Amino acid sequence: MTAPAAALRVEKVAVQFGGLVALSDMNFTVGEGEIVSLIGPNGAGKTTAFNVVTGFLNPTRGAVSYRGTPLNGLKPHQIADLGLIRTFQRTSVFPNDTVFDNLLIGLHRQGRVGLVEAILGLPRARSSQRRLRERAGELVQWVGLERRAHDLAGSLSYGEQRLVGVALALAAEPSMLLLDEPVSGMNASETHTFVQLVRNIRDRGVTILLVEHDMPMVMSVSDRIVVLNYGRIIAEGAPDLIRNDPAVIEAYLGQGATRA
Amino acid sequence: MGQFLQHLLNMLVLGGTYALLGIGLTLIFGIMNVVNFTHGVLYTFGAYIMFIVVHQLGINFFLALPLAVLAGWLLGAAIELTLLRPLRGSDIDTTMLVMIGAWIAMQSGALWIWGGVAKSVATPFPEAPLVLGPVSVSWLRLFVLAAAAMLIVVTYLLINKTKLGGAMRATFQDRDTALLMGVNVDLIYTSTFAIGSSLAAAAGALLGPVYVIFPQMGDLAAVKAFAIVILGGLGNITGAVIGGFILALAEELGAGYVSSGYRDAMGFLIIIAVLIFKPTGLFARSERVG
Amino acid sequence: MRLAVALLMVAAFASVPLWLRDPYLMNALITTGIFIIGAMSLNLLLGFTGQLSLGHIAFFGIGAYVSALTSLGFDAGLPFGFRMVHEPWPPIIGFVLAIIVAGFCGYLVGLLSFRVRGAYFVIVTISFAEVVRLVALNWVELTQGPLALTNIPSITIGLPGLGDLTLRTKLQNYYLVLAVAIIAYVLISRLVHSHFGRAMRGLMENETLAVSVGIDVTKTLTLAAVISAGIAGAAGSLYAHYIRIIDPEVFAFINTVTMVIMVITGGKGSLAGPVVGGVIFGLLPVFLRPIMAPEAQWIAYGGVLIVILFVLPRGIVPSLAQRFVRPRKAIETVVPVAFAERDAKEHA
Repeated sequence: MTAPAAALRVEKVAVQFGGLVALSDMNFTVGEGEIVSLIGPNGAGKTTAFNVVTGFLNPTRGAVSYRGTPLNGLKPHQIADLGLIRTFQRTSVFPNDTVFDNLLIGLHRQGRVGLVEAILGLPRARSSQRRLRERAGELVQWVGLERRAHDLAGSLSYGEQRLVGVALALAAEPSMLLLDEPVSGMNASETHTFVQLVRNIRDRGVTILLVEHDMPMVMSVSDRIVVLNYGRIIAEGAPDLIRNDPAVIEAYLGQGATRA
Repeated sequence: MGQFLQHLLNMLVLGGTYALLGIGLTLIFGIMNVVNFTHGVLYTFGAYIMFIVVHQLGINFFLALPLAVLAGWLLGAAIELTLLRPLRGSDIDTTMLVMIGAWIAMQSGALWIWGGVAKSVATPFPEAPLVLGPVSVSWLRLFVLAAAAMLIVVTYLLINKTKLGGAMRATFQDRDTALLMGVNVDLIYTSTFAIGSSLAAAAGALLGPVYVIFPQMGDLAAVKAFAIVILGGLGNITGAVIGGFILALAEELGAGYVSSGYRDAMGFLIIIAVLIFKPTGLFARSERVG
Repeated sequence: MRLAVALLMVAAFASVPLWLRDPYLMNALITTGIFIIGAMSLNLLLGFTGQLSLGHIAFFGIGAYVSALTSLGFDAGLPFGFRMVHEPWPPIIGFVLAIIVAGFCGYLVGLLSFRVRGAYFVIVTISFAEVVRLVALNWVELTQGPLALTNIPSITIGLPGLGDLTLRTKLQNYYLVLAVAIIAYVLISRLVHSHFGRAMRGLMENETLAVSVGIDVTKTLTLAAVISAGIAGAAGSLYAHYIRIIDPEVFAFINTVTMVIMVITGGKGSLAGPVVGGVIFGLLPVFLRPIMAPEAQWIAYGGVLIVILFVLPRGIVPSLAQRFVRPRKAIETVVPVAFAERDAKEHA
């Protein structure tokens, strides 16, 4: 079976904060259309790795590239323009706007019309607005928040806000989606719903990388899992492989974690 | 050369009072993260208190100064309790706008009560200046320098050698940890604002008799205070002292060798330049107060 | 519905000169209108982009001086023995130049705002306005300093076939100001509801999130600053050609505060807010003057600003609008389309 083409390439990435080494010599790839999860005990460097990959942190050494384009030195909005969209764990919405309006903002990359056209209200600008509103409506339905579409995003429950965050990311038409602890704080039923959603997103051709703590969720949704500990990769492979890997088990049990 | 020495001497006198202004604001801005737009009004308030105490109450000039400092302390505490404490946790824009509202209201109050005509304060010092070789300095200004120096030392001791100062420094470093360690953050904030305000009032009380007193005098003082804080780094008292002297030097040299009209622009230009080129200030020791 | 209300308001404002005969009040309305244009432009930065730019009067004043100097002509010395000489041009060109120059200054401020955020940005913008004021005060050769630029000509519009019309009377100026105000309002409204307006909003609400969906912070801030400054410059130009005398006091911080109070009280982030706030604080001094000295009024205005921020932080217009909020849709259980698709696939 041929491996999928590499979408995201992380090569020899190291991150140092003064004397503290957060990540050392990280190498992995995410193939097109894959769902890859990045896991590891607390303090393993997952958040740092995630921030490097999404362009919110520049690595001290090494390079990250997406479909051949190096991400080093690009500003976050330029990385978004490449199709790499991330979600956030906290403050994942625009709180004082309705869910619908949140998605309209998220559709920023799609709605580009000239400023003058917009001000003059020319037909091209107006039809673009119409299309955006339709698309926002579709997205709201797709994540199941139709009945909350016109409520302020800040008034939604935590789990619902995470869904809005995902819909926002989808609005930006990602070719690769980076999810930051997407189910943290969710109950079992919400997590189950979310797993379905992730599978569906992948079925639409989006590559997915996620960072998570919730082991059963990771095991059930991932094609491959990358395990970090103390800033380096200690294991990589399919869920069944990882589940039984002695190094992984030790990393978790050795830190007092009870889930594996 | 003589002219240069004269400028230098003027700079020392001015710098001392500017340092007071700057220390007061850096404490408030640094510890409470409040953009205190009322700082200039407190400066004006201190000056007017001097006027009232000396001319309308007939009290001795040397007693008036501590009274002005005390009055500044009380007004600062009042502002903090009525306006800032209820806004704790609001976004910084709201707090800034409230401070601006207070500034406008208080300055207009001064204008309404005392009118726009400048007032001067009679001082008990001899008219003739003290002449030291090529330079001369009035007794009043010497007194101002001495008083400012004394207040700077007192503040320094307060911040670094007392329990209150220790609590203030702790709150500056990490508010949440300070809370957990039992520091009464509410009290610290009120004290900080009161102390900072009293220093502004002191600066006004000292400089008021040197120049003249009018309601808008605090506006420029406020800008200079911000310039000093930005130069010296937030929460950095030593930086504020040095910044005060740097600003005074820039003003003296600018007025002497460029043009006196642009003297007051020095503060603004420093602000703009520093924030563009070195936003953390010249002395980026922002990890501690003191 | 909204369009009908807007047209009604415009008609109401347009009808005023037909029944208002008091020239003193007319004057107040005209200057109020000019300040409303300034307030609307401030709202664009303050209310719609979340930037507390407290040097806004600088753009207004720069527009006033540029327009005045363009139409008066000047002769000033530059370093190294050069001289700048300019012949008087028609005021209408001054109006256009005012917008361009003010807009350029807005561009500089926008660039700056990216480097310097939060409280420091506020301080820098205030300082910028003060430096401009000091330059206007001290560069006497160009600006006449405190002696003021006087005899600024009124705006002349060339009407095809009818010859030139010089707008000297209060009636004419009222309609001119009203026209510019309406244009500014529509411009800002279109902007706010556009794709760009949503970028401004995203920036204001959650910058990190906005950036992650591709919104360019610098570009958005700068563009908002340019447009905001340009509109303020236009207002300044109107002021110069109506009052016909400009001195450095136009740059006084209190004028920025006036606009801020108009915006905050009326409701920042709402289109009608600055208009409502502007009418209140533009006309209030006129009605209060017989009973309250200006200083006493300002004590009250400072107090009002504080009270509004405590009690009605969103301002008048949004708070009123909230009372007419759309009722929520009926709650129905909806199966997310995402799952319906998956279920369909699994059963295929």
